Amino acid sequence: MAEDMSEPKIRIRNLYKIFGDDPVAALAQVQAGASKADLLEANNHVLGLRDINLDIPARGLQVIMGLSGSGKSTLIRHFNRLIDPTAGEILVDGEDVMAMNDTALRDLRRFKMSMVFQKFGLLPHRTVQQNVEYGVQIQGLSEDEAQRRAARWIDRVGLSGFEQHYPGQLSGGMQQRVGLARALATDADILLMDEAFSALDPLIRTDMQTVLLDLQAELQKTIVFITHDLDEALRIGDSIAILRDGEVVQAGDPQAIIMDPADAYITDFIKDINRAKVIRIRSIMVPGPGGGQGAPVRTSQTIEEILGLLHDSPDGVCPVLDKAGAVVGTISLTAVIGALEVRKGAQVARYS
Amino acid sequence: MDFLTEFPSLGRRDLSALRQAIDGTFRNFTRAYGEGIEAFFDPLLRFMIWFERLLIHAPWPIVIAVLAGLAWLGSRSWKITLGTVAAFLAIGWLGMWENTMSTLAIISVATFLCIAIGIPIGILMARHDRAQALITPALDVMQTIPSFVYLIPVVMLLGIGKVPGLLAVCIYALPPIVRLTNLGIRLVDAEVLEAATAFGASRREKLWGVQIPLALPNIFAGVNQTIMMALSMVVIASMIGVQGLGVPVLRAISNQYLALGLMNGLAIVALAIIFDRVSQTYGKRLQSYKDQGHG
Repeated sequence: MAEDMSEPKIRIRNLYKIFGDDPVAALAQVQAGASKADLLEANNHVLGLRDINLDIPARGLQVIMGLSGSGKSTLIRHFNRLIDPTAGEILVDGEDVMAMNDTALRDLRRFKMSMVFQKFGLLPHRTVQQNVEYGVQIQGLSEDEAQRRAARWIDRVGLSGFEQHYPGQLSGGMQQRVGLARALATDADILLMDEAFSALDPLIRTDMQTVLLDLQAELQKTIVFITHDLDEALRIGDSIAILRDGEVVQAGDPQAIIMDPADAYITDFIKDINRAKVIRIRSIMVPGPGGGQGAPVRTSQTIEEILGLLHDSPDGVCPVLDKAGAVVGTISLTAVIGALEVRKGAQVARYS
Repeated sequence: MDFLTEFPSLGRRDLSALRQAIDGTFRNFTRAYGEGIEAFFDPLLRFMIWFERLLIHAPWPIVIAVLAGLAWLGSRSWKITLGTVAAFLAIGWLGMWENTMSTLAIISVATFLCIAIGIPIGILMARHDRAQALITPALDVMQTIPSFVYLIPVVMLLGIGKVPGLLAVCIYALPPIVRLTNLGIRLVDAEVLEAATAFGASRREKLWGVQIPLALPNIFAGVNQTIMMALSMVVIASMIGVQGLGVPVLRAISNQYLALGLMNGLAIVALAIIFDRVSQTYGKRLQSYKDQGHG
């Protein structure tokens, strides 16, 4: 594909969303510096999103994370304009989504973006097969093609044999597999996932994360994944944006967020995670020609995975290899222990 | 103090002038357009006459077989089908066959007409809040105004006969199908509808592919209610010349014939029960996808 890789797939610029009777008037106040609480008290408008700027690169898995009320579900609905912004720009592949008329917008939703929902959003009167065919039928492709694609994706998400069941007959995890198959069957390059796994049991959730990561390794789609679960975000995200009260507080590499939280809110957020499980060697190794007497470890491994090897190393140091197997640096037991502690500096700051 | 004890009314003479003016205007309207309106309903009248004759003159075993077949198609239940056959045999044996066929004819046509008019109105109300705000009070009036009151203008306009009877039945029986179509569409899960939007479905695709299929159980409850209300109008319709089971009931009232009234009344009840059970079980089958547990 002749795509410019430096161009972000989705670009959000100065996006504002205000809910209320006269959002445009309220917008002026917000831009002049009124806070969410001010706005609610002064004229009964709710500030949904404030000055969001986000570049989402192609073929990556972008997580948008926040607690309930942070505006994350509102934000994802702007990408395909299920919600219209009060102000701001949304560009998809360089095209201005706000300038689209009804037909162009429908085509964007039909061919370019598909969506997976928290409560699945399946059509209860259609079978699994018919649900997966839905998006393809809306695209206007032939029945044959719809059936072929549905069969392929149902098989791919592991639901073969359930084609003729109705969604009501399936468990939550299976229903969300249908939701995923339906979204993938349209062949759109962008997949929007709105708390897609939040309604599932923890075990099923981990299972579905694995399904998603496997699919992503093969398909390389641009995925925007909304979640309130930090463990989930760290497990699957190539990049994370953390939202609070409608604003992006920190965005970037998940490792950078753990190693260098931007403020007290984020520090608080990450303090309960199991750092040994999420910090990867690449974030804490010392680059160099190598050394150490231990067995080699890889940049992509987590602390937990290499702790045994480090312990067995006579000098407490192991060489680090990159994906290709070349030595790129070393990792020491001391560095690992240091990394397990949350950075103290950030804790001094107080919530604004 | 007169003002407080005597209600400030319009006065006898003005009031009678007002009533005469309204009556006069409507009479003039009737004279001017009555024939045109009658001509408009003529095809409907012919159809009703044809349909009624068909039901009466067709050999009774065939009619019962067809009715039993419809009951089976609708309910897929032997109990209901056999009950239908038994009820119609009893009706025929007690000498009410012709009247029952006449009633069946007008109820069928009225129901069909109400569905054809009511469902589109219900859809319109579901899609536009303004339409809902305007139509809801009209439906309230149609359901609560005493039937005799709207019989007056209908009879003035169209005289006595099948068509005015049909209109009277429809005015009374239309509201439930409209209301339940509107309600059914509005009750469709917002998340499912949002999913359809997110996949790029147009308004029309959402209506036919999502909203109407999911509203069908409610729409069917509306059809059921419409049939029941149409049946309950049978006696009143017979006052303006509609043939059927209402006629002997009316005669029984004026002559105090207990048995005659009871038999014909029970025949109406039998029709009501058959229609109700068949349409309800059909409505339930429409949502069978809901009843099955985890597979």
